[in-house]
Amino acid sequence: MRKKVIFRGAVLPYLLLLPQMAVTLVFFFWPAGMTVWQSMQREDAFGLRTEFVAFENFLDLFTDAIYLNAAWNTVVFSTSVAALALGSALFLAVQADKQIRGSGLYKTLLVWPYAVAPALAAVLWLFIFHPSIGLVGRGFSAIGIDWDYRVNGGQAMAMVIVAAAWKQVSYNFIFFLAGLQSIPTSVLEAAAIDGARPMRRFWTVVFPLLSPTAFFLLVVNLVYAFFDTFGVIHALTRGGPGNATETLIYKVYVDGVQNLNFGSSAAQSAVLMAIVIALTAIQFRFIERRVHY
Amino acid sequence: MHRRTLLTGAMSLGVAAPAIGQTQPIEIQFWHGLAQPLGGMLEKRATDFNATQTRYKVVPTFRGSYPETMVAAIAAFRANNAPHVVQMFEVGTGTMMGAGRAVKPVHELLAETGVQIDFNDYLPGVRGYYSLSDGRMMSMPFNSSTTIVWYNKDAFRRAGVDPDKFPETWQGVAEILPKLKAGGGTAVPMSTAWLTWAQIENFSAIHDIPLATLANGFGGLGTELQINNPLVQRHMQALVDWQKDGLFRYGGRNNAGEPAFPNGEAAIMFTSSGFRARVQREARFGWGVAMLPYYQGTPNAPINSIIGGASLWVMNKGPAAGGGRSRDEFQGVAEFFKYLSQPEVDAQWHMDTGYVPVRRASYAIAREKGFYRDNPGADVPIEQLLRGGGTLTDNSRGIRLGGFVEIRTIMEEEFERAFQGQQNAQQALANATTRGNVVLRNFERANRG
Repeated sequence: MRKKVIFRGAVLPYLLLLPQMAVTLVFFFWPAGMTVWQSMQREDAFGLRTEFVAFENFLDLFTDAIYLNAAWNTVVFSTSVAALALGSALFLAVQADKQIRGSGLYKTLLVWPYAVAPALAAVLWLFIFHPSIGLVGRGFSAIGIDWDYRVNGGQAMAMVIVAAAWKQVSYNFIFFLAGLQSIPTSVLEAAAIDGARPMRRFWTVVFPLLSPTAFFLLVVNLVYAFFDTFGVIHALTRGGPGNATETLIYKVYVDGVQNLNFGSSAAQSAVLMAIVIALTAIQFRFIERRVHY
Repeated sequence: MHRRTLLTGAMSLGVAAPAIGQTQPIEIQFWHGLAQPLGGMLEKRATDFNATQTRYKVVPTFRGSYPETMVAAIAAFRANNAPHVVQMFEVGTGTMMGAGRAVKPVHELLAETGVQIDFNDYLPGVRGYYSLSDGRMMSMPFNSSTTIVWYNKDAFRRAGVDPDKFPETWQGVAEILPKLKAGGGTAVPMSTAWLTWAQIENFSAIHDIPLATLANGFGGLGTELQINNPLVQRHMQALVDWQKDGLFRYGGRNNAGEPAFPNGEAAIMFTSSGFRARVQREARFGWGVAMLPYYQGTPNAPINSIIGGASLWVMNKGPAAGGGRSRDEFQGVAEFFKYLSQPEVDAQWHMDTGYVPVRRASYAIAREKGFYRDNPGADVPIEQLLRGGGTLTDNSRGIRLGGFVEIRTIMEEEFERAFQGQQNAQQALANATTRGNVVLRNFERANRG
């Protein structure tokens, strides 16, 4: 099935590859190489004194309780965000796939949150959950819940999870809806004629056919929760209280930008880079196998 | 390597060019970290200076919060594009002191340009914070404040507590908190902004106990935290216990807790004296200010508190040798500082903003103009900075720790854990000491030579 173009000489294909290679070199390999180089150095904030320390920054990281705490937070945060965002998006997509009046409007409204900038979204949540000015925050206090995410780490974590997941629901929704609509109706009708009830049809027919989409979304959501949630955390909790919501990506910012500890920050970035490479590799392997599903 | 040669070449061309056209004023880039309305008032000082002469033009630019301004200036220096003057909060002082050839010390600037500023007239707490141990000024003091107590007189009255006399001691505060809870009618009796600045740093200063060894870091980079001492333990444990009993509420990092005072949620608030303009505008109740309470029975207490706020640092353009600044540019910076140091200018700044006057002469001017008669309590922060006779001790001169921004965050993090009930004050202080000392050792290592 593959189309193969035969080039006469070797020049043209390389020339055609060049722009892409240049972009990748400048925007990926160069900064990535710099990061790795910087992760083996220590320097003062002004860059006047530099010392080569090899892997000392990495050793410090993995013996640092605060870093391990951030790693654990990231696991909790990412799994919860992915589960919440995927679960609710799937539920909404199944509902939107039914024949209902005004489903166009419903679909449009569901896609909106995706267009909201993360920082703005976080401010919206702040106005909802703030203990003294937020609607829900005051509501919690009124019914006797001691709600204050500024001193309660568990509540703070729950809040950033909800806020981060909310942003991602729209994206997942579109993919799930497209996935649902590409399921042949004949299969569903056949199952219905065989006497399968809606719930059973969903779990035995729809869900397996959706699983490639679901897996793709799982990886995308994990990557999102790992790397794209800085704005939400920064605007809502700044990693607090007491590091309770500090994730790996947030710690890169804290150490690099606030504390001007470039060596450690670069080492942390290198670790994150390794994680994202691993996630992508897993995705490619798995998806490749799934194509023949 | 090649790039640097090109850059230096381009720079020397750029320096040479203005000599031809003398009419163009020399621009002085001035980055600051004050949001409105204070930022506008600060920029007005630059405009006023520009109006007094035509040779130099100070161009003020707002660069975000203090920490953001600091980071931006450092990044600009690394990119060979630093501003001439940057407003740096007091916590960044240790970092700037260790910055080597990135900064131009003010005493050098004045000596080279022949401009005179009478630093002897400056309040000792202000002068001490920004000078070397031998008294030479490193940066230009500008907007200074200190932590004081803000309290809601109406709530005091409702609770049957004398509204005209805030307790002088923590023992006295402990007595009125339950009364305020019972009858004050506010959501919580007491809260604080700047947890570490108010409750640990200034607390240690007024009780004349060290925050860190080597005179709080003034004596060298080998300093170590000493916050885990009985008095700080006692005080912080009291806050942790009060938080549990609903007598105190931690309101978040930095100044996030401040709004709870003007909106009437907290009857007592600890925060900067620079809070005045906002309270005046927003509070719908009678309010008063008082000096920080102390623990009765502590020898030497109370003495002066230490300052917060910011000072102005002169920066070289970039890491290349020579610094990249012309004589004229430095002359302009020195003239600008001279202008800001005039008592009339400083007194007006104090009266407009609520920052303390940095000079005794400006304090006298504000008094003559009847400012303290019309604004009762506006002199409390100044008196508190001069408390105990105004002779500074090693514990009350200020704090000079490298990486202090990070150390403050560490202390806040550990106390956030304590307020959640995960550890007691003593454990929080022990952890903060261990983690903070790591930061100090890293800073020492990166800056030793």
